[in-house]
Amino acid sequence: MIDYDKVLSNKIKDIKPSGIRKFFDIAGTMDDVISLGVGEPDFNTPWAIRKAAIQVLERKHIIYGPNKGLASLRNTISAHIEKKHGVKYDPDKEVIVTVGGSEAIDLAIRGLLDPGDEVLVVEPCFVCYAPLVELAGGVPVSVPTRIENNFKLTLDDFKDKVTDRTKLLILPFPNNPTGAVMTKEDLEPIADFLRDTNIMVLSDEIYSELTYGRKHFSIIELEGMRERTIYVNGFSKAYAMTGWRLGYVTAPEPIISQISKIHQYGIMCSPFISQNAAVEALTACDKEVEKMVEEYNIRRRYLVGEFNRLGLTCFNPEGAFYVFPCIKSTGMTSEEFCERLLFEDRVAAVPGSAFGESGEGYMRISYAYSLKHLMEAIRRIEKFLKKLEAEKK
Amino acid sequence: MKDIVKILQQNARISNAALGEMLGISAEAAAAEIEKLEKSGVIKGYSVIVDDDLYDKSTVYATIELKVTPQRDCGFDDIAKTIMMYDEVESVSLMSSGAYDLAVEVKGNDLKDVAFFVSERLATIDGILSTSTHFILKKYKEKGIFIDGEEPDERGLG
Repeated sequence: MIDYDKVLSNKIKDIKPSGIRKFFDIAGTMDDVISLGVGEPDFNTPWAIRKAAIQVLERKHIIYGPNKGLASLRNTISAHIEKKHGVKYDPDKEVIVTVGGSEAIDLAIRGLLDPGDEVLVVEPCFVCYAPLVELAGGVPVSVPTRIENNFKLTLDDFKDKVTDRTKLLILPFPNNPTGAVMTKEDLEPIADFLRDTNIMVLSDEIYSELTYGRKHFSIIELEGMRERTIYVNGFSKAYAMTGWRLGYVTAPEPIISQISKIHQYGIMCSPFISQNAAVEALTACDKEVEKMVEEYNIRRRYLVGEFNRLGLTCFNPEGAFYVFPCIKSTGMTSEEFCERLLFEDRVAAVPGSAFGESGEGYMRISYAYSLKHLMEAIRRIEKFLKKLEAEKK
Repeated sequence: MKDIVKILQQNARISNAALGEMLGISAEAAAAEIEKLEKSGVIKGYSVIVDDDLYDKSTVYATIELKVTPQRDCGFDDIAKTIMMYDEVESVSLMSSGAYDLAVEVKGNDLKDVAFFVSERLATIDGILSTSTHFILKKYKEKGIFIDGEEPDERGLG
């Protein structure tokens, strides 16, 4: 008999499966579960975008297309970034259209790392960074952010972790799972420090359109930072286009020309229909995005208010579509809390610990759900907390 | 103000406290805003959306298209106002189609009820030239709410 354990690479066997996945495999087998777990919009892709895709199907030959993406889309992406941040990327040499933001992150990491290179991973964060670093032979170095700073990254958080092997700082803001954002003032000291180094920044700005009360600021806008930043964004969150699998990476030409080889050999090109539709997203859907943001904002204020009322203190997140209430007052670990909440009162939330050790004591609540759904969830959580309270007595 | 109406349209029974949280204001301020909207007439009332298949299977709805002769001085208003006084009438709207002028939604206990109402009450009003009755077989969505329940959530966990 074949021994698969010997067939598989040690590297892949050592990669831990996603902590989110594990939890939701259980939830998926249960009835009447109210989930607060997903990381994708509940809105449908705006009709103008879907119509553009239908027209492509009707009228065009569905081909591979250029490796780096359709010229029309690369031009639109370049113009979009320039309008948003005042920073220009050459659409021919400094942009790759990728299969979601995830591929863009993978390209950046694989393109930069040699075995043993270190990557500063700002936590809590989305689950993909550290495993991708390990797959590329690198060493993820965890950089915890703290509630005292509203989960923003400060220079003190990572200064002492920089070594001569540090290649990359991963900057995931607006943040999944905390909802934290970085302002210009927050980014300046970090940029000041990095300017004297050879450390690159991977700025994952996939939630950049979803901010509340202030416009998103990108580190590429700061002097000297465009040349040391790999900028990642995509269509999934802002335009409710998760299933279309489309993102992009922009960076200085010497980087793009090298990492495009990974994309070329591993992926070939991003989906043709999605790319055509995405031009419509960037050029004609500002109003739709604005409407979604308004709706998210109503839900966000509601949840922050309710969790604070219930005694699960919740800082005011200014981006993404998550709130990150603290469950330390219950005396449980986040995994225990979320497990009991799921089994006893049928609400599925992701334990903060799934996003790094600094997420321990918190849970991630997605508000990519209708108000009706969120209100029912809060009702159940309140019931659960009352039960915990009674147990204590 | 737009946000308040949007939230109430989804759920008019929401508490003032929750409404306040959603808007970032106090419960008292939310109550005051609602009162203002009611007084100024923006909010006309609160209703309930019922699945008649579960509540009262025999209830029938019909849309009736009416061709009307507009009256001197008051156009279609006078006839519309006459029609809307009937309890059986759920809604009356002036249409721009040219094929007909007024669309009337009627509710009755059974088919006969509605048919009788159309022939005896509506068709006999002065100025009504013709009627065309369409019975509603099934309602899929009403006021933004899916009558047969929501679609299953197939989203993953990204």
